[in-house]
Amino acid sequence: MTFLKDFINTLSAASTSFLLLTSVFAFVVFFNLLEGKIRSKVGAIFIAFGTLFVVVGFAVRPLLYLGIAYFVILFMLSNLGGRLWDKRVGLRLLIGALAAFGLSMLDPNFFLIAAKPDNVPIGAMIFLLGIFTWIALRKAYLNDRQLAAGGIPWEKTESDEKLFTWPDLVYTEMLCMILLTIVMIVWSIALRAPLEEAANPTSSPNPAKAPWYFLGLQEMLVYFDPWLAGVVLPTLIIVGLMAIPYIDTNPKGNGYYSFRERKWEIGVFLYGFLVLWSFLIITGTFLRGPNWNFFGPFEYWDPNKLVPLVNVDLSEIIWVKLLGMPLPKLWILRESFGILLVLAYLSLPPLLAAKPFRRFYLKMGGPRYYVGSFLFLFMMALPIKMVLRWLFNLKYIVHIQEIFFNI
Amino acid sequence: MANLKSVQEGIVNSQIWKSVFRVGIPNTNRKRVLAVLGSLILHLHPVKVRRSGVRMSYTWCMGGTSFFLFLVETVTGLLLMFYYRPTIEYAFTDILDLREQAPFGIMREMHRWGAHAMVIAVWLHMFRVFMTGSYKPPREFNWNIGVILLVLTLLLSFTGYLLPWDQLAIWAITVGSNMARATPGAGNEGPMSGLIKLGDIRLIHAGDDARFALIGGRSIGPSTLLRFYVLHCMVIPLAAGFLMAIHFWRVRKDGGISGPL
Ligand code: HEM
Repeated sequence: MTFLKDFINTLSAASTSFLLLTSVFAFVVFFNLLEGKIRSKVGAIFIAFGTLFVVVGFAVRPLLYLGIAYFVILFMLSNLGGRLWDKRVGLRLLIGALAAFGLSMLDPNFFLIAAKPDNVPIGAMIFLLGIFTWIALRKAYLNDRQLAAGGIPWEKTESDEKLFTWPDLVYTEMLCMILLTIVMIVWSIALRAPLEEAANPTSSPNPAKAPWYFLGLQEMLVYFDPWLAGVVLPTLIIVGLMAIPYIDTNPKGNGYYSFRERKWEIGVFLYGFLVLWSFLIITGTFLRGPNWNFFGPFEYWDPNKLVPLVNVDLSEIIWVKLLGMPLPKLWILRESFGILLVLAYLSLPPLLAAKPFRRFYLKMGGPRYYVGSFLFLFMMALPIKMVLRWLFNLKYIVHIQEIFFNI
Repeated sequence: MANLKSVQEGIVNSQIWKSVFRVGIPNTNRKRVLAVLGSLILHLHPVKVRRSGVRMSYTWCMGGTSFFLFLVETVTGLLLMFYYRPTIEYAFTDILDLREQAPFGIMREMHRWGAHAMVIAVWLHMFRVFMTGSYKPPREFNWNIGVILLVLTLLLSFTGYLLPWDQLAIWAITVGSNMARATPGAGNEGPMSGLIKLGDIRLIHAGDDARFALIGGRSIGPSTLLRFYVLHCMVIPLAAGFLMAIHFWRVRKDGGISGPL
């Protein structure tokens, strides 16, 4: 019994569900989009990962639960192997998801949050993201098969044919506009825009949330200080998006859906867009309650929920717990391990360029390689920090309060 | 049926109709070309398009949807401006009035839901463009225009969020703008800001940092409201509209909607 309770508690923690989602996401994408030898290879890698979770899990308990859940999901999904892109399977998944959502609405706590007027579009967004991801990957999968068999992508069969804008394009556009107008009018009549009490600067609501599209950034505040989560990382997201066309020099996959020709680009983009950006928004909207505490989807948002603050800095773990010494007074000494760790992380690109990634380095050239890999490192800093928080209650890797510089 | 046909012909051949739509019903190829070339709005399009590019299953119509929602926001926003005064005395009560008094009042609803929908549509549009690899040469620059449009869309939404001046509004903007406080080197509580000194005096403080510039004060107040109103109704829509014109122009100049080479 205690095992079961522990199990459920672990899996409903913010970062665990995140980790699980991440790996399941990677698995579904890679396993189902690839075929033949590569698919078995990917499968083997994932099984190795799961085994690692379980083995290490005997020392670090939460990992054990994760490993078990991981294997259950792997088993369920691997069975699909490629059939995931079948229209009937897709439809069944959609109906299943809608049914699960509908049933959940019967739960009063779930209903309270999901039916908030401002949250309705975000609920719809979850389904839209799911549907469009499926459509894009299905089309990629079908084109990949054609290409593998020596054929041409589907778009190519039609791209040389030219149609008159009038009537073909104009009518499609008009149809879209009429449809959208109807949707907007029905939506506006059915759902009133929220209006709370008049602004009162002296009484802050709990939780105080940013507008929904920035909740991913607000969620990052759990793991990073505002200067990183609110300023540096958002800037890098914009810079990173703008840099994409200049970093990615792969000439293939231009103007048609495909996956196998651009596995890495699509993998990284989907990870950033779906898992890091969208999933964090969804977490921030539906699962973060009073005091920004994490609440499961069916949990009552109890403003008095007590969550022990047990997070510790790396300096404390190393100096006090491992070395049994008091924290040094001088910050440069105190934080030396953290600073070294961060520097080591940042020196990965040059180190890897020498040997294992030499291929990429030569293919992309210096500037592209460095810009691309630093952007990637900054992106991965978020999930890494999440995992460290979850496994070791790590608060800061570097904590220099003296100049507000904390990582 | 014959009657209907003659009525239709009567209308199309009338002087009024002909003065507006020069070419009449575009039922020949020549007229189809002229219909598109002769209209300011339609000539955003090329005369002919790739068959694969017209398919909804290829573009998901999401760029068009983003643009259409932008127009919806413009129209409903203009109507809202008739009712709304951006001062703390009136802002909230004007919205309240609008909700209680305006007959068949769904303009505010449409404006708010349209804004949410536009953000989602722009994300899905970007997602589609990525998945078809349409950011690759020769469309790199248009992708960049797109990224700026995405940022402007979010800023439009963000500045609009404050205007109802209710609890939801000011606290969301408080949370959002608090981040500016932490800007490295430019925010009151940002790393390194404390090092910028003239003798013993800190140059970056709560009265002149990045957050102060954003909200026009030390806390959200009347000047924030006015500032966001002007940004929301004038500055950002004009900038976005201008960039959209470039965006559409470039779609054409880069060879139309992308397709396999
Ligand atoms: C307010 C926002 C935006 C509007 C109104 C808009 C509108 C459009 C329209 C109408 C098209 C024609 C094709 C289609 O409908 O898919 C288009 C194409 C394109 N858009 Fe956008 N867009 C916006 C934002 C963005 C963003 C955020 C990006 C990328 C980051 C982007 C990148 C592109 C590119 C590269 C094309 C050419 C695609 C192709 O040729 O297949 N746009 N846009």
